[in-house]
Amino acid sequence: MAEVNAAQTAGSVVAFEHVTKRYDDGPPAVTDLSLEIGAGEICVLVGPSGCGKTTTMKMVNRLVEPTSGRVTIDGEDVAALPAVELRRRIGYVIQQVGLFPHLTVGDNVAVVPRLLGWKPARIAERVDELLELVGLDPAGYRSRYPAALSGGERQRIGVARAMAADPTVLLMDEPFGAVDPIRRERLQNEFLRLQARLRKTIVFVTHDVDEAIKMADRIAILQVGGILAQYDSPDRLLAAPASEFVERFVGADRGLKRLSLGRVRDLGLDAPVTVTVGEPRSAARARLDGAMSWALLLDGSRRPLGWLQGADLEGDGAVAAELAVPGSALLQPESTLRDALSAMLASSVQLGVVVDEHEELLGVLSVGAISATLQDGTAPTPQAATDG
Amino acid sequence: MTDQPFFRIDWIVDNADVLAQAVGEHIVLTLIAMVGGIAVAIPVTLLIHRRRRLIGPVLGFTGILYAIPSLALFALLIPITGLGLATAEIALISYTLLILIRNGLAGLDGVEPDIVEAATGMGHTGRQRLWRVELPLATPVIMAGVRVATVTTIGLVAVTALIGQGGLGFVIITLGIRRQFTTAILVGVALSVLLAIIADRGLVLVERALTPWARHGEGG
Repeated sequence: MAEVNAAQTAGSVVAFEHVTKRYDDGPPAVTDLSLEIGAGEICVLVGPSGCGKTTTMKMVNRLVEPTSGRVTIDGEDVAALPAVELRRRIGYVIQQVGLFPHLTVGDNVAVVPRLLGWKPARIAERVDELLELVGLDPAGYRSRYPAALSGGERQRIGVARAMAADPTVLLMDEPFGAVDPIRRERLQNEFLRLQARLRKTIVFVTHDVDEAIKMADRIAILQVGGILAQYDSPDRLLAAPASEFVERFVGADRGLKRLSLGRVRDLGLDAPVTVTVGEPRSAARARLDGAMSWALLLDGSRRPLGWLQGADLEGDGAVAAELAVPGSALLQPESTLRDALSAMLASSVQLGVVVDEHEELLGVLSVGAISATLQDGTAPTPQAATDG
Repeated sequence: MTDQPFFRIDWIVDNADVLAQAVGEHIVLTLIAMVGGIAVAIPVTLLIHRRRRLIGPVLGFTGILYAIPSLALFALLIPITGLGLATAEIALISYTLLILIRNGLAGLDGVEPDIVEAATGMGHTGRQRLWRVELPLATPVIMAGVRVATVTTIGLVAVTALIGQGGLGFVIITLGIRRQFTTAILVGVALSVLLAIIADRGLVLVERALTPWARHGEGG
């Protein structure tokens, strides 16, 4: 991902004050909700269907107006601004991303700047900057239509579009719902990396507890009727569920879920024996500890291709890329220990290969390192990260 | 007259100027009807798209217009607007409305609710959302209506020969049927069909130009 050139505006404080939403004479969809989301935090609204999580989110940009109570951004009542003006200041990513199919990628990203009446040159510059920000080459993507893109590419463009006018608040309604689980994991990591730099205030809706635990600084668990069951950090929520409802919603495997709190970056990585494509087999063989031992095959840019065994290196000549046995999915520093464990168990080598955002090798993670954190009884939190 | 040969090429050659003029009139009559029909259909469609309870009455009324036989409509209009262009065009426009309005509404209603909500949530005003998002996305269905209405109108124009208009209808009815002259009937019908095919193909090209995104398919 490219560096951000322009100074980015960080997040605002978003607060709900005794907010109730009632449709006609039915039971309330949201009941006396009060919560404050700190500037630059990701607040995940999670709960069963009918819990009012999407309704709650939509009251921030006034797609839904509260029946009573108020929503404020940096202390200012959102009802005080014209709705259209308010919405242009808030990034919005909906389910299935909601890209406009009749507009090119560039025009999709440019929607809000155009509504705000920016000059064409400034819009063009901003579009390229944002595409680079989400890791897409502007020249290759600018003129393409959404129908020609993969789910992951659409998702990134949805994020770029929401960031276009540099909003302080982002609303995201199941933004990763439309991508397959492996790609979702990568997009989540990418988004967390982006957020670590941008520090927007994000209201994030999902029905998936695991996604909530991974993405959230704080989680608001809602019960049917929009009743706030608990508002806490993920580790507090797992360690001390406030009610039976929360305990049941979080699931019986709370212990295992706590693995989702730890990140690969919190553990020490080992340096594997590596072999580079093109080097003489004899030299590679000399580094391996016999025919049965494993080495990681890298290409010329230090990107892992897969594993090979000493026995694969018999004979003379150079090491070819075809020798590699594809391993499990690659891990990133932002991957949760739960995802890492799952990937390692699926791999024959039982080592997780960790790469950076350019897919270059950082190191390998062993099952032993993860089980050590389990034996402590507490999964490591970022603050308690160990080194070595 | 009845001992004429079935088809006389020489008549076509001798009357090329008459035929060319008839084709020209036919095109003009069709164009006026389509422009007029679209001009009426757009505001009506936008109105009933917002005020849904008007859908039933409006589609019912245009349905009745569509169902009136053309001769009966002329008979009703002649006392008011006389024998002439106005009568012909009022009738022709009336027949386009049902198709244009029904397709226009179907097009606008067919835009995905998620897309409409995304547009609202990003800060479009109602009008901006209509022009920048809803109408472009409704274009394929709207254009399908324009094509059907155009082809129908090209066929109907001939009937207006009965009230002194008609374009190729003059060739078919006045020169052909009234004089039992088959060459004129065949040539008039052939030119009318040809005109309809050309107009339809032309409108397909217009639709493609208006919807560049639709060509890119579902790839990727």
